[in-house]
Amino acid sequence: MDFQAVNDDNISILLNDLLEIYGYDFNEYSKASLKRRINRLFTLDKFPSFAEMRYTVRTNPEYLKRFIEEITVNVTEMFRDPSFYRVLRETVLPTLGTYPFIRIWHAGCSTGEEVYSMAILLQEANLFHKSLLYATDINPGVLERASKGLFPLSHMKGHSEKYIQSGGKKDFSSYYSANYDLAKFNSELSSKMIFSTHNLVSDHSFNEFQLIICRNVLIYFDKDLQAKVFKLFEQSLDNLGYLALGSKETLRFSSVAPNFKQLGKEKIWRKMA
Amino acid sequence: MSAAKGLVIIGGSAGSLDAIIQLLAGLKNRHVPPIIIVLHRKTGDDSTLAELLSIKSPVPVKEADEKDPIRSDTIYIAPADYHLLVEQDHTISLDYSEKINYSRPSIDISFQTAAEAYGKSLTAILLSGANADGTEGLKAVKACGGRVIIQNPATAEVAYMPQHALEKAGADLVLNANEIPMVI
Ligand SMILES: C[S@@+](CC[C@H](N)C(=O)[O-])C[C@H]1O[C@@H](n2cnc3c(N)ncnc32)[C@H](O)[C@@H]1O
Repeated sequence: MDFQAVNDDNISILLNDLLEIYGYDFNEYSKASLKRRINRLFTLDKFPSFAEMRYTVRTNPEYLKRFIEEITVNVTEMFRDPSFYRVLRETVLPTLGTYPFIRIWHAGCSTGEEVYSMAILLQEANLFHKSLLYATDINPGVLERASKGLFPLSHMKGHSEKYIQSGGKKDFSSYYSANYDLAKFNSELSSKMIFSTHNLVSDHSFNEFQLIICRNVLIYFDKDLQAKVFKLFEQSLDNLGYLALGSKETLRFSSVAPNFKQLGKEKIWRKMA
Repeated sequence: MSAAKGLVIIGGSAGSLDAIIQLLAGLKNRHVPPIIIVLHRKTGDDSTLAELLSIKSPVPVKEADEKDPIRSDTIYIAPADYHLLVEQDHTISLDYSEKINYSRPSIDISFQTAAEAYGKSLTAILLSGANADGTEGLKAVKACGGRVIIQNPATAEVAYMPQHALEKAGADLVLNANEIPMVI
């Protein structure tokens, strides 16, 4: 059943093109979201036909960048789910603080709001000096924005409320300076961030971490791909390292689950073996 | 009026909670097809809606998790702040993309994806609300051969949303909340 311009067959054709020409494999993404995003882009960019869209994707690498950025979902927030950040503050960071060095991986970090939130937590826990934040995403465009530390000023009120709910005690505005309609975060915060493209579908483990945060990325993957990514995370975690997922994601049904222990009801698991 | 088969999906906004409670109570203890409820609410309401409805409903209620298989005799509630999509393989996906019509979850997205996945065997029900959400979704349901039911705007707590849908998409049935259980 199809009421949309770009139908299921068209989508398989496009996905094959992306894999063959560019090495991007979206075949194991959840279909309904992908189809909606592709149709949204088809309308947005006013393609006269599917053939035209396909031709543009195949032949125009500049457009490909836009295509990948638009069919993935990049929406993010600072201190999203404040209770999650509260547990990081109260349980996870005090444990990590006993280590000489803390390496954190934000997989699928989008425009970086989550990474800056983490940097603020680390500063407030006095652990910043011995931490490194690796922030990766499939999209180079969002990483470029993340590395600048510039966010819309209009979002700061909402971020500030969540910061306080997460247990933040400082004046949130002390972390940025207002510049027209943008908030520029203190460059000290980004001094410990390393931004790099990394595709969870095809790239390998690149380091060992004490904490991996991958939130609202796996909801876009099918079960098989989720299983592969969980293996990748397991390989990339130190023993007793933590894995944090989004509020609607779970490790429970995966084959690596027996090697992890969940922290109460939170979407945080600790590697035990 | 025939009972629904396949999937029943219900969308509601302002003023729809009472209608949903009435509707669920009317199901009594009989077997029902899977039911998905997509309700706008203030962010931060968390899982309280699923808890509230499970107290009021004779049929088991759960907040939808990503990849949940869609099964009969179960009521799935779209979680706050995620869009709920129905996959062709009759599982649920969640999505954290932009708000649509100022809403996440968006009724349109759930209706559209359910229409594609269930075609003729979908029943979509739109209830009270002050928003234009749902109308585009109901058009898709029609285009895929599904059945469209709209709450009677005259008896809905907030008429705007059902009225808007009735004018722009049309309905197979226009019913009061207490009549809806008869067609599920
Ligand atoms: C909804 S955002 C989540 C941002 C942030 N983690 C949060 O929860 O607010 C999803 C991100 O995953 C990224 N992504 C999608 N597929 C990916 C892949 N195969 N490898 C790495 N990142 C991916 C997208 O580019 C996007 O930035």
